[in-house]
Amino acid sequence: MWSLANPTRFLGIADHVIPWLAVLTFLLLGIGLCLSFFVAPPDYQQGETVKIMFVHVPAAWLAMFGYTLIALASIGSLIWRHPLADVAAKTAAPIGATFAFIALVTGSLWGKPMWGTYWVWDARLTSMLVLFLLYLGLIALWQSIEEPGRAGRAAAILAIVGFINVPIIKFSVDWWNTLHQPASIFRVGGPTIDPSLLTPLFVMAAGFTLLFALLHLIAMRAEILRRRVHALRQVHVERAAAA
Amino acid sequence: MPDLGPHAVFIWAAYAVTFIAVAGLVFFIVQDDRRQRQILADLERQGIRRRSAKSADKPSQAKPRARKLKP
Repeated sequence: MWSLANPTRFLGIADHVIPWLAVLTFLLLGIGLCLSFFVAPPDYQQGETVKIMFVHVPAAWLAMFGYTLIALASIGSLIWRHPLADVAAKTAAPIGATFAFIALVTGSLWGKPMWGTYWVWDARLTSMLVLFLLYLGLIALWQSIEEPGRAGRAAAILAIVGFINVPIIKFSVDWWNTLHQPASIFRVGGPTIDPSLLTPLFVMAAGFTLLFALLHLIAMRAEILRRRVHALRQVHVERAAAA
Repeated sequence: MPDLGPHAVFIWAAYAVTFIAVAGLVFFIVQDDRRQRQILADLERQGIRRRSAKSADKPSQAKPRARKLKP
């Protein structure tokens, strides 16, 4: 694991892994979409709108996973000052923000036919919106401070403080009365969803997870190269000034 | 094409939003990766390289490490 923490070694491994991961992601998402549209039956209450679940739920999971990853990487960045931890945190933010956006919009499009409204200010929806805003705050912070080390430290503190929102999202449906349905997959007593709907959901979730990993690897590679370019230019300017 | 019932527009809209958002993210990340590779290649063509890259290209100029002689 620690061998991966060397940026040059990481780049070598990423170059080998990315093409295979891309093929696997494409295959899983293709199978997941076929299962969602042609195999999964309509729900006995929600009808065909249950198909929105196959993109909404994985997007919401990955939005929370992305923020958890950022918080863990931020701890690594603050304690060990490792540049790769900082790179991992910075590059996960736009990906997590996109999945949070997808979860919010698809949830809203699911809510209209099922609840009669696109939006309510209840605990689950509001805490998910807060997660999206936290992502935007982190991206803005990284963009506004030019020096990567300073930007990374400031963003790491915000990421760790903001992590309190992740368990709030998870347990909001248990702690408060909301329109959102309670936990129906990861719960004591097992899932309450029929396997005919659960299988496509898990395949799509696996596909989305691989997509997250693939995009994160490419984004990390680009960020490492950006920092090399930045360092090379600095050295070049210093040498030119000294000459 | 499967019949998605009276709420088909909401289902298609959800999948369309997901597709557009993911496609945009993929485009943004892949373009950024390509741009950084291009800039780094341009710098290397100008002779601006990392010290480790220079020594890897010219192993004969690298200072040999002292080795212990076997008894």
